[in-house]
Formats: sequence, C-alpha cells, structure tokens
Amino acid sequence: MKKAEQSKVMWNKYKPFIWAAAAVVIYIVIMLLDGFDMLSRHQKSLLIPILVNVILAVSLNLTTGFLGELTLGHAGFMSVGAYAGCLLSLSLDIPEPFRIIICLVFGGLVAAVFGLIIGVPVLRLKGDYLAIVTLAFGEIIRSVIVNLEFTGGAAGLKGIPRSTTFTIAFLCAAITIVVIRNLVYSRQGLAIRSIRDNRIAAESIGMPVSKYKVLAFVIAAFFAGVAGVLYGQNLGHLSPSDFDYNKSIEILVIVVLGGMGSLTGSVISAIVITVLPEVLRGADDYRMLLYAVVLIVMMILNASPKAQEMKANLAARFRRRKPDGVPGGKEE
Amino acid sequence: MALLETKNLGISFGGLRAVDDFNICVENEQLYGLIGPNGAGKTTVFNLLTGVYKPTRGSFFLDGVKLNGKTPSQINQAGIARTFQNIRLFKKLSVLDNVMAGFHNDMQYSLAAGILRLPSYYKQEKVYKEKAMELLKVFDLQNEAEYLAQNLPYGKQRKLEIARALATGPKLLLLDEPAAGMNPHETEELMKTIRFVRDTFHIAILLIEHDMNLVTGICEEVTVLNFGQELAKGKTDVVLNDPKVITAYLGE
Ligand SMILES: Nc1ncnc2c1ncn2[C@@H]1O[C@H](COP(=O)(O)OP(=O)(O)O)[C@@H](O)[C@H]1O
Ligand SMILES: [Mg+2]
Repeated sequence: MKKAEQSKVMWNKYKPFIWAAAAVVIYIVIMLLDGFDMLSRHQKSLLIPILVNVILAVSLNLTTGFLGELTLGHAGFMSVGAYAGCLLSLSLDIPEPFRIIICLVFGGLVAAVFGLIIGVPVLRLKGDYLAIVTLAFGEIIRSVIVNLEFTGGAAGLKGIPRSTTFTIAFLCAAITIVVIRNLVYSRQGLAIRSIRDNRIAAESIGMPVSKYKVLAFVIAAFFAGVAGVLYGQNLGHLSPSDFDYNKSIEILVIVVLGGMGSLTGSVISAIVITVLPEVLRGADDYRMLLYAVVLIVMMILNASPKAQEMKANLAARFRRRKPDGVPGGKEE
Repeated sequence: MALLETKNLGISFGGLRAVDDFNICVENEQLYGLIGPNGAGKTTVFNLLTGVYKPTRGSFFLDGVKLNGKTPSQINQAGIARTFQNIRLFKKLSVLDNVMAGFHNDMQYSLAAGILRLPSYYKQEKVYKEKAMELLKVFDLQNEAEYLAQNLPYGKQRKLEIARALATGPKLLLLDEPAAGMNPHETEELMKTIRFVRDTFHIAILLIEHDMNLVTGICEEVTVLNFGQELAKGKTDVVLNDPKVITAYLGE
C-alpha cells in the first residue's frame, strides 16, 4: 500500500514531463517520417484533421465532461471561428506564420465572444433544454452564414490561404491540452467539477456558479474557434455544411467514447474516430449509424452499475492495485 | 448584539405557510438546537437562512448585516455554512478535493496563475492542501483523503460534509440532522466532534436533530417548531419538559 501510494505520487509528479516528452517524440517521429517521404499523401492528409478533432474534443470535454453540461453546438463555435479567422486571412497581407497566428487568435476570440453572448442566457437552462438550445444555436449560425453575402453564402468561402502546417496544428493542439488540463486542475477547475457534481452544494460553499459555467463555455468556444481556423486554412475553402449538427454530434461522440472528463481519452478517441472511417473505406455512408451505436453503447456502459464495477476491476488489474473506487464501497 | 437574528421570517409554498413568524437569536459560539416533528419546517428554515429559498416575509441578519435577498454564494461568503439533510457531496471528487473546494474563496490565485502554473499557484495549493489535511484529521478522515467521496461509508460522508462547510471559514454553521443514520457510538463521537469544532474554531452552531440524546447532550438552547410555527424556545432542559412540546411529539 505504502509503495503503491509512493509510486502514485511519483507518477503524478512526473506525469506532465512524461507527456511532454511523448509529445516531442511523436512530433519528431512524424517529421522524420515525412522528411524521408515515408508517409503516403493520404496519411499526410489525415494529420491536421486529427489535430483539429483533438482540439475540438478536448475543448468540448471542458463543458460536457468537466462542467457536466450537454452542449450540441460546438460546431457552431467552430464555424464562427473558422469564418472570422479565414475572412481576416483574406485581407491580411503579412508573412507567415504571423498571419495565421493572428488569424487563430482572432478566430478564437470571435468564437469566445459568441460563447459569452450565448452562454450567459443559455446556461440558466438545464439538461435537455440546454442541449436543444445549443443545437438550435449551431443551426442558426449555419443558416445565417448561408444567407450572408461576405461569407460566400451556400457556395462557401474560397481562396483561403492554405497556411495550416502540421507544426502549427500540433502546437495548437498541445497548447489546448495544456491550458485545459491546467485549468481543470486549478481552483477554478475544481469549482467547475464541483458544480458538475452538485450545483447546490457548490453554491453553499460560496462558489460563483454562473461565473464558472460561463467561463467554461467561453474557453471551450475559444478553442473550437481556433480549431475552425486551422480547419479552414488547411482545406483552403469553407462551406457552411461542414459545420452542421453532424459535426457537433461527431465531436460529442469523440468525447463520450474517450470518456467524459478524461483528456487522454479525448485525444486517443479523436485519433481513432478520425482515422477509422478512412481505414474502413466505404464505411463513410454508415458513419452516423456508427456514431449512434457508439453513443448508445457508451451510455449503457456508463449508466449501468455492473459495467462500472467491471471497469473498476479492469482498471485495478491494469494498475495492479485496488482502484479508488473499490475499498470504501466494499467495506460498507 | 446576537450573531444571528431573524425577524418574523416566513415563507409560503402556494397556500402552505411552511415557516411563519420565525424569530431566533443565536449568540457567538453558542450551540443551538432546532427540533420538531417531521415536516415542521426545520429544513425550510435552513434553506431560508442560506438563500436557497427567498423569504416571502421577514428578514434575517448576521452580525447586524441584512442577508435576506442575497444568493447562497453571497450568504456563505458572509459567514454562514451548512450541511444537508440528504448529503450533498461532490461524489466524483476525492475526499481531499471536497475540502479544498471549501477553500475556494480563500485561495486567491488568478485564472492566469492557474493556467500558466505561476508560483502563486504552487504556493497556495500547497498551503491549502495542508490546511485541508488538518481539517480532515479533526474528523478522522485523513487516511481516506484520496478516496472518492462517494465511496465513503455514510457516517463519514456526513463528517466530510461538515469539514467542507468548515473550510469556508463560517461564523455560523448549520447542521441538518448530522447524526441521521449513525449508530449510538458514532453519535457519541459526533457530539464530541461538534463541541470540539465549536471550541477550536470559535463558531456558533445551529443544528437540527431528532436524536434527543444529542440535543440534550450539547445544545444550550433549543427552538421547537411545529407546523411551521414556534412552539417553544429557551433552555434545553426546560423546553423539553414543557407539556406542549411533549404533546407535539407524542401526538405525532
Ligand atoms: N420547495 C417546496 N415546495 C413546496 N413545499 C415545500 C417545499 N419545501 C418544503 N415544503 C414543505 O414545507 C414543509 C416543511 O418541510 P421541511 O422544512 O422539509 O420539514 P422538516 O422539519 O422535516 O425539515 C413540508 O410540508 C414540505 O412539504
Ligand atoms: Mg428536514
């Protein structure tokens, strides 16, 4: 027991460094593979979409996993950021990478402002209502974009500089993960997680609940906006239909599959969900069906106590020690 | 001046006057009992005093500061903390984090300091972790610090809720049936702990309790509620021998 505890403390202490090292290694390996022309065009084309989905999933996890509010409009924030950042890139004539950096920040900020405008009234709603209103928000944004002149309407926005590089996307994903992780494990993040577990108790110990709900919403929107800019400047064009509710559902599926409140899970799941349909050629038609099945299975797994117990036992075996869950529960 | 003072506090739900003309004076460092049959309105009084419900009549003051109309969060910051009859812990958080959450407003580091992991983050997290461990020790929970709160046995969950409330540094602590579900031995321990808490933290405690041994054992004064109205109040032994009170309980 003592030893296990010690190793846990050690692990927690070095975990950030291990992750940082892993990220650097992954980056170098991919750069080397690319340098020696060992990646097919198809493989290369997946790298940035994976990173975009990582950013989307990790940021949605902040509201859905850590704050515990089911929002279905993440693609809406992504589109606002994408259009804002890409429109700016069209009229900015400065050298890269300064231009894309400015566009990324701008796209993120505009999305964050939308997060604030929508977050303040909407976060008074709960559960299903919040889900429905955020879903509607995403669709409204999309139809507004379709009907506007300067966004290119339904035909989309073309001729966007294709400035997203693997390095920039990788850095953005790394920053997103670090910022959200540090936030979640700070006093502000503890408040966010407390609100998820019991709002009334959180208020009773003096936490400004609305403030933190809006904060989580705004930060998630910011990173969704950043992901949108990366997306647009990777493809070179934007079309409103890229950001319909299917995209919001896809991000939600990634988060649910990776585990609510698990950042590592979100990252791994983003990779799997982005790569899988490409590997299973032809499965694209069944993509939404696949998502539906994944959602249902995960919900059942997470809701059933039997499944929970199995998961705890598996985790225990994996770690070769009793999970936090089991001892107290069994004693009773 | 009394620490807590209420003036004709009351609330109605539809036509039902759940609490009516409630007047109470709790002094600094006093142990005060609020008793009465089920449905008498005791929990409703706590909900009024913590801003969960807005009173439809009357007002209340802590240290002379009017608190009715304030939000639960503001009332906590003004110095009232509570526990809940049906325990409300942060179930998926560790025992330690539950107490750390209580220090939320004491810890001052900014959002940027948290995200960028500036020195103020490390300094304050360390200081408050130690404080939280000290609080856990008071309730003999220090060995379960890393457990998830939901995995604690019932009696310990009640204690953890008190520890979390204390972390907010209240002047007045409201305990809603703290001994519910505890065996006589645990109740005995709890009585000692409540006294210890009052003496070390120098706070007043207002508690709702059905266990008369606990009430007579630690409460200096009590108020008896019945159908939302005050039936009797005063020194504990006097009130509990009042025929009115005995009938109210027997008539139940
Ligand atoms: N939110 C509410 N809406 C309607 N009635 C309520 C509400 N809260 C409490 N009551 C009623 O007020 C009365 C007192 O309840 P409560 O304060 O919980 O009693 P107790 O003394 O057992 O703690 C009960 O009749 C209860 O049904
Ligand atoms: Mg009650």
